[in-house]
Amino acid sequence: MTTKEAKKRGILWPIIKYISLIFFSFVALLPVVSCVNTSFKSMDEYRNTNVMQLPLNGIDFSNYVKAFKEANMGRAFINSGIILVCVLVGSTIIGTQLAYVLNRFKFPGNNLIRNLFLFATLLPGIAMQVPVYKIMHDLGFINHLYGYIIMMMGTDVISIYIFIQFFENIPVSLDESAILDGASYFTIYRKILLPLLKPAIVTSMLLKGVGTYNEYYCANLYLQDKTKLPTVATSLYTFVGPRGSEYTLICAGVIISLLPALVIFILCQKQIYSGIAMGAVKG
Amino acid sequence: METNALGAKKRNAFNFKKWSRSRNGQQTFIIIAFMIIPLLLLFVFTYLPFGEMVKFSFYDMKYVGRRTWVGLQNYKDVFQRTDCFAALKLSLYYLLGGVLQIILALYLATILSFKVKLGNLFKGCMFFPFLINGIAVGFIFKFFFTRGYVFDTVLQWCGFSLQNLPYWLKDQSVNNFSLMGASIWRYFGQNMVLFIGAIMSVDGSMYEAAELDGANKFQQFIYIILPNIKSIFVLNIMLSVSGSLSAFEPPYVITAGANGTATYFVVMDRIAHTSQKVGLASAMAVVLLGIILILTLLQKLFFKYVFKNAEDDNPKKFKREQRKLAAAKGGAAQ
Repeated sequence: MTTKEAKKRGILWPIIKYISLIFFSFVALLPVVSCVNTSFKSMDEYRNTNVMQLPLNGIDFSNYVKAFKEANMGRAFINSGIILVCVLVGSTIIGTQLAYVLNRFKFPGNNLIRNLFLFATLLPGIAMQVPVYKIMHDLGFINHLYGYIIMMMGTDVISIYIFIQFFENIPVSLDESAILDGASYFTIYRKILLPLLKPAIVTSMLLKGVGTYNEYYCANLYLQDKTKLPTVATSLYTFVGPRGSEYTLICAGVIISLLPALVIFILCQKQIYSGIAMGAVKG
Repeated sequence: METNALGAKKRNAFNFKKWSRSRNGQQTFIIIAFMIIPLLLLFVFTYLPFGEMVKFSFYDMKYVGRRTWVGLQNYKDVFQRTDCFAALKLSLYYLLGGVLQIILALYLATILSFKVKLGNLFKGCMFFPFLINGIAVGFIFKFFFTRGYVFDTVLQWCGFSLQNLPYWLKDQSVNNFSLMGASIWRYFGQNMVLFIGAIMSVDGSMYEAAELDGANKFQQFIYIILPNIKSIFVLNIMLSVSGSLSAFEPPYVITAGANGTATYFVVMDRIAHTSQKVGLASAMAVVLLGIILILTLLQKLFFKYVFKNAEDDNPKKFKREQRKLAAAKGGAAQ
């Protein structure tokens, strides 16, 4: 009797397990896949068939070409590229230097500075944009890529904490022996620690990169000139308003905008997962 | 060896003053050089705005132009206007969503933490929504919930008829649930990845031992996994409380706050950037920030309490032993 029950349970659990996994993966993919499906349809076909019906003419990229042109996405990709390179390089330099100083030196105010950065995470970003907008306005940063870039480089506490955690695992004796060899602190940071920090840099760049690429709220607020300064995310605003029901185009645009993130995700799954886990410890 | 060490000490002692001066100097220099930019950015984009926000909340002002001091009027408005503080009750939907999301994430994480065929593929599928940009999410769900489109079609496959289905984004009795669903869709993968990380760090031999003792999977979950991930579980619950109070993205990108879906921050955004009532918006931000700070404080206290509970066993034992010892001593004295 008991062995029978155990056997039953032994069969039942894997079934439930796989049904759950398949069901929730289906739920996660359905909205995106239905969008891909619609993006291949012509306008007539879209009006006359159910959205879930597969496209009659197979795979047809004309909507993609049209969406790419109309939403000015060529420009948007260039802008997003510039923003990404500048923000990632800038915030990596700033973040590793700050983490180096905070981890390696004891000085009055070290803890205070750590707490200031931690407290900053509590302030809800959307709410802060009310006064930040005024400051950006006063600085003349609005409608300039550099203004947005400088703002985005700012306080990225999660990567700072990823760096600090990583520094903690690099033995201080390494620094000390370099000091005995007469290396300056900058040389130690640049020549010894920065190369060792590579995995952490890759992780934080991936997280920050995806975050920056996807950022739309501040981009919309501070890069108002949509013809010259669209980013990939804000270029989709082209379809807001009167064009809001041209779903064949919209879906194509949406898919174009999420492709880079998808490629990065497929290539670097592991680092993204570990970054999320590391960031959460302090977040 | 010894003579060498002695020599080194001597040399150190000999040069100590000069050495210390130059190294200290260098240290101070590098500390300042490496910290000035991040601290400047932190100041300009976090603490200066924070101070300004508090200041603005006492003024009637726009982004440009004159401002007039109004004292606490903005704060009174936050609590008296029907669209401000009352919007916080929408947070209950997102709080419910947050709890469901955590339960779902924990369930799937438990499955995925053990050997599963195609585990990485499933994990990737469920995590990917987290990496889609907000505007795209907005369009995807406007499309998804449109009358007769994706969601309705799937429900029709399941045997519902279209006439009985509500307008998912317009009908005020369901639209907040629709947005809650979109929010779960977007974020449960992230929670899941966190939980998988936590469960993976549990010592594997514990499961083997439990299996030898005849514990089934459910018992293993209750008695091994849950206690081991307690702190990250509580942390996630707490985060979803503050997250639900500041819920913003789903209503902002999907419905733009129409038809009774405007959460507190959506209202604040509208007041700040559409009607340009910067003072009132600032007061709203300050009020919510106050609430979040209080909650965070409570959370810290709660954690302390939980920790105390965990360590309670030992002090009690210690006391009991001491009492025993004292009794024994007393007995001996008598």
